[in-house]
Amino acid sequence: MKQSRRSITDLILHLHPQTVPRETLRVTLSWGLGGMAAVLVGLLFLTGILLLLVYQSSPTNAYASILTLTREVPFGLWIRNIHHWSANLLVIVAVLHLLRVVLTGAFGPGRRLNWMIGLLLLFLLLASNFTGYLLPWDQLAYWAVTICTSMLGYIPLCGPWLQELFRGGAEIGPGTLANFFVLHAAFIPGGLFILLLWHFWLVRKAGGLVQVEREEPVPVERVPTVPDLVVREAAFGLVLVALVLILAVVWNAPLLDQANPGMSPNPAKAPWYFMGFQELLLHLHPVFAVFVWPLLGAAALLCVPFWRESALPGGVWFGSERGRTLAVWTIVAGTFATLAMILLDNLLLHASNVAALDTLVTRGLLPTGLLAGLLAGLYLWLTRKQHYSRAETVMAGILLAMVVLVVCTIIGVWFRGAEMHLAWPWGQGGG
Amino acid sequence: MLDNQNNDTKTNPDRRQFMKRLWAFFGLAAVAEFAWLGLSFMNSRKDRNRPVKTASIVTAGAVEQFTPATVTAIPVGQFYLACLADGSFLALSRTCTHLGCSVPWDEEKNQFVCPCHGSTFSLNGEVLSAPAPRPLDTYPVRIENGIVKVDTSVPRKRERFESAQATRI
Ligand code: HEM
Ligand code: FES
Repeated sequence: MKQSRRSITDLILHLHPQTVPRETLRVTLSWGLGGMAAVLVGLLFLTGILLLLVYQSSPTNAYASILTLTREVPFGLWIRNIHHWSANLLVIVAVLHLLRVVLTGAFGPGRRLNWMIGLLLLFLLLASNFTGYLLPWDQLAYWAVTICTSMLGYIPLCGPWLQELFRGGAEIGPGTLANFFVLHAAFIPGGLFILLLWHFWLVRKAGGLVQVEREEPVPVERVPTVPDLVVREAAFGLVLVALVLILAVVWNAPLLDQANPGMSPNPAKAPWYFMGFQELLLHLHPVFAVFVWPLLGAAALLCVPFWRESALPGGVWFGSERGRTLAVWTIVAGTFATLAMILLDNLLLHASNVAALDTLVTRGLLPTGLLAGLLAGLYLWLTRKQHYSRAETVMAGILLAMVVLVVCTIIGVWFRGAEMHLAWPWGQGGG
Repeated sequence: MLDNQNNDTKTNPDRRQFMKRLWAFFGLAAVAEFAWLGLSFMNSRKDRNRPVKTASIVTAGAVEQFTPATVTAIPVGQFYLACLADGSFLALSRTCTHLGCSVPWDEEKNQFVCPCHGSTFSLNGEVLSAPAPRPLDTYPVRIENGIVKVDTSVPRKRERFESAQATRI
């Protein structure tokens, strides 16, 4: 007995160091978000294995196999719901985790590689969510694949080639579903697993979580990992698991009618985590919405840790009180600016005869140029006139992007009705 | 053992560096080969599923059935037959040129309205509001003995509407 307990502790100590600095145990430093994400990934793997036992990946059988799962397989509905809720919560938790890393200055030197691996993880888990969304082959799935593979077609040079590659042919059919099934059930989980281990190892290699830098060298107070850290992790993990299980009892994952290539649902909405993206599609030329803006955004996020002094002082939320004030103002101003832009462009979209204009310029180059100018102007104003540090300004910039995304998502989910026109949620007749 | 390695690094750093590079190179080569294999597997699927591009003629109906300035859905052929104001015919693909949703004809508004991102198209398929970048694709129309026939094998892309695209009696 004694022997086996020892070996479990040893196993834990493979992932964790023997002792951790007491300071990093503060819940208000990390909010346990990374650990929560890991727990959700665990739930996804477990329930995913069960789902694989029932699911059939051909367009003729896929929908029926989901119906069998939910109606005939014991606990099938519940397991499907757990998988669904874990996946959706994971998106929220991972984005909050990213924000925590930004707001506590945890992507600076020593953590750059881990920041980039984190971004890759975010990409993979979004891809995982999306490919999973397609598997039931219902109306949601069919039109989401149609739209997403059509988006690939706008990528310069290799677009049409990529589109056919992922569709497994010129048209959507069995090849498409087979491709996305392999991505969802083998390729992405494998990639996630490897990257996660690397991610955890790099946290350890960086000496644990970020800590406050001290002027005078005080010896860091360390506490043993078992039990101090492990007990906290278990508490967070178990509460989260309980929450997901209850959610999955109360709310069912959506399933629409079987795929019908002849009729798109109206409105045809993207899954909620891509709703911000869909809002872009409404306003911008497709090449810019699909390719230029995502590329610029991803490049900016990947490069930000390599800009000197772009990370806040470690371990203190917002860096300072001044930083906190800036963050609040960014959120307020960003919300109003985004709403104003959407309403303004909504007027433009319906007022002008766009057929006469070159939309590549009016809805592509022009907004991109204006945005770049605006961001550069804001940066100069904040650093030169308001004397904010570069790190505080970068923090505000990332926060601004986040606010825009959140506002667009809320509008997309609740305030767009038939034909994606703006509408009040209560005026949409059943939705 | 460790001592040995340290010695090695000190006395022969070049060789050690070279071996490291070589290993990295082989590792990357293996990854590249695997990626290439995966891509060719996916690509082969693409070739096997290529539709046979033979003419597939759909009979839409007799010319008299269609009144000028109306749009009729032809579900068998998955297209719309637009009869323009001057009585000429245009077969319009129902696939939105933005991102491929299926576009319904709205009789009241007298336009096609896409449910996905709200693009609208006129009776002859021209874009009335963004984000769609070009008019609806067309299929070649032939009129034989007063019967409208449409070849739905290959859609034709176009940048704008020109009256030459429509088929007259
Ligand atoms: C599947 C998704 C992810 C999982 C399971 C995960 C897990 C974790 C865990 C367990 C930690 C330890 C600290 C904590 O609990 O907060 C951590 C730290 C970290 N994560 Fe993630 N993470 C994920 C995604 C991301 C993303 C999207 C980013 C940002 C791009 C990121 C960047 C970082 C960084 C820089 C650290 C070090 C923070 C520090 O040293 O204080 N991770 N992650
Ligand atoms: S697919 Fe028709 S507007 Fe986007």
